[in-house]
Amino acid sequence: MNMAASLPLLVRVLRSPDVVRDLSLDQWDLLLRQAGTANLLVSLLYLLDDAGLVDTVPAAPRVHLEWARLAAANHARGVRYEVARIRAALSRLDVPLILLKGGAYAMAGLDAGRGRLFSDIDILVPKPRLDEVEAALMLHGWASTHHDPYDQRYYRQWMHEIPPMIHVRRGNAIDVHHAILPETASERPDPALLRAAAVPIAQCPGLSMLAPHDMFLHSAVHLFSGGEFDHGLRDLLDLHRLALQFGADPGFWPGLAPRAQVLQLSRPLYYALRYLQQIMGTPVPSEVMDAARAGGPGPALRSVMDVLFQRALQPHHPSCADHLGAAADFALYVRGNWLRMPPFLLVRHLSYKAFVSPLNGAKAGQA
Amino acid sequence: MLTVSSLTPTQLRARLRGPGLDFQTGPFVNRLHSNIPHLADGLAVLYGEYPLREPGGFANFHLDLSQPGGLRRWWRPQVRFEQDGQHPFKPLPVAQAQPFCEWMMNWCVSNRAHGYLIIHAAVIEKNGRAIILPAPPGSGKSTLCAALVCRGWRLLSDELALVRHDEGMLVPLPRPVSLKNRSIDVIRAFAPDAVFGAIVDGTMKGTVGLMRAPADSIRRAGEVATPHAIVFPQWEADAPAMLEPISRGQMFMRVADNSFNYTLIGARGFETLAALAERSAGYTFRYSKLEQAMAVFDTLVGDSP
Repeated sequence: MNMAASLPLLVRVLRSPDVVRDLSLDQWDLLLRQAGTANLLVSLLYLLDDAGLVDTVPAAPRVHLEWARLAAANHARGVRYEVARIRAALSRLDVPLILLKGGAYAMAGLDAGRGRLFSDIDILVPKPRLDEVEAALMLHGWASTHHDPYDQRYYRQWMHEIPPMIHVRRGNAIDVHHAILPETASERPDPALLRAAAVPIAQCPGLSMLAPHDMFLHSAVHLFSGGEFDHGLRDLLDLHRLALQFGADPGFWPGLAPRAQVLQLSRPLYYALRYLQQIMGTPVPSEVMDAARAGGPGPALRSVMDVLFQRALQPHHPSCADHLGAAADFALYVRGNWLRMPPFLLVRHLSYKAFVSPLNGAKAGQA
Repeated sequence: MLTVSSLTPTQLRARLRGPGLDFQTGPFVNRLHSNIPHLADGLAVLYGEYPLREPGGFANFHLDLSQPGGLRRWWRPQVRFEQDGQHPFKPLPVAQAQPFCEWMMNWCVSNRAHGYLIIHAAVIEKNGRAIILPAPPGSGKSTLCAALVCRGWRLLSDELALVRHDEGMLVPLPRPVSLKNRSIDVIRAFAPDAVFGAIVDGTMKGTVGLMRAPADSIRRAGEVATPHAIVFPQWEADAPAMLEPISRGQMFMRVADNSFNYTLIGARGFETLAALAERSAGYTFRYSKLEQAMAVFDTLVGDSP
């Protein structure tokens, strides 16, 4: 079977941009809508820029892409400004400041950051310094969200981050992490290892990012252990681009599976490599795939995960939906929560969210 | 050129239920889906003169305003807006389908079309001179705009001024003029020939009536216009019509406040707005009587060149 031919149009274009040379206007219409839903319109534009194809785009879709270019420039300005404000707010603390995910890709000028739109800045700080960091951010205008005592406890006792903070004037959110997985998850990558390996971001004194292996693994665990797949394809494209860029360094591929083992992230690494190969056609060396297989699931579970991930990682556009799409998203949402905490805690958490939170909301509404 | 009015009511409904109704408003092609019969009838009244496109090809904006099935079909029926599988807004009572459709068409433009500086303003033109009326709701902007176009001014837009970045010309987006509450009767008395869609009570903006855009304005939607003045209207009971100049700096700041994407487009937005402020005279305008207002606006653009 020709796998590529059965993929959604957007995925085919992301794999090989040359596909756009032969698109009809109907297909352009579909491509831009799929890209919009997947939050990949700007990524698509830059991909066409880089491939020298942007001038082959017919006039009507080109206009749309150029509108998106202006919005992307605004986003990039906003990220730089926000990161500068965060640095200024924390400058007196002398705390090692590590940017995670989108913020790191953008500030370090990585390929994965080109055209990637995101709404929160994520930072990683040592757990003992959390209080100081939170206080400094509050002093500079960020306010904590989630005032419900249960939510406070949920974050502060069980999660790997404090409740998201929103700047009162600018409305931008920051997530302050002290680890990359919840305290209640069965896998617990040691944050000290991540911090020890972190590398400075060249253009930004005082800011660091995770080392290439760790950055790739964090991206993998975020996608494959999380419960939300609205941006699944965007996150898979991050992994694809990180793999291509870091893979150019001869040390990257051989060290990846051993590092995953150290960080207890072999399972998400296996899934990342498997679906990168299947969906994005990423060139993963066969010996790396073999090494990762040891961390993978058994054949029965693997078939189930194939059914789920192969759907959840497509654009969430009606043109890509089949009868299992919504069920796959739901199953993965439940799985995401399952991985976050042990069964007893999970039942308690979901019961609280289902029965008690709405009551509190109603009370707050009456007040 | 084929227009929407070339479709019979049955064909129009079939398009809306099937491949979508592709029609052009200003520089944009909309593809609209709906299963709501009264929305189809309303579109026939308000959009009959707009260019009709064959189904398929590239559309700028995809809108689906349909009534969901299930229990909701009988119990407090609703209209839901869907775009590419997303529902960015809450559903409304189905009786509000027509105004909802207008709001969503505006939202599509103001949210995406960053190739223009987009100002929340009405734009009308006479003798080759366009006047921009930026204003918050309640200022009487739409009433004034409706009255002027009923007296022969060309309608560029009732809601969204589109300024091109390169040479600062105004791009027409003529669509129905949205009148609220008492303004509907005021315009009916002022211009008995004006054609309205259904009058809808109880929307979040009160009672809404959509006045059809003049056929001539729709035909000339491809002709850009030169900005001449920016007038900030304010309706005030019993006030005599009075035009007062304001400084360029003030005008600049007030237009920026009324822009949807001024900050988003960054330096380019600043340049476009600065050039617009440079070439336009700025005024505030208080009025109570439409007849007096007509005379003031005619003086503002002078005689035919």
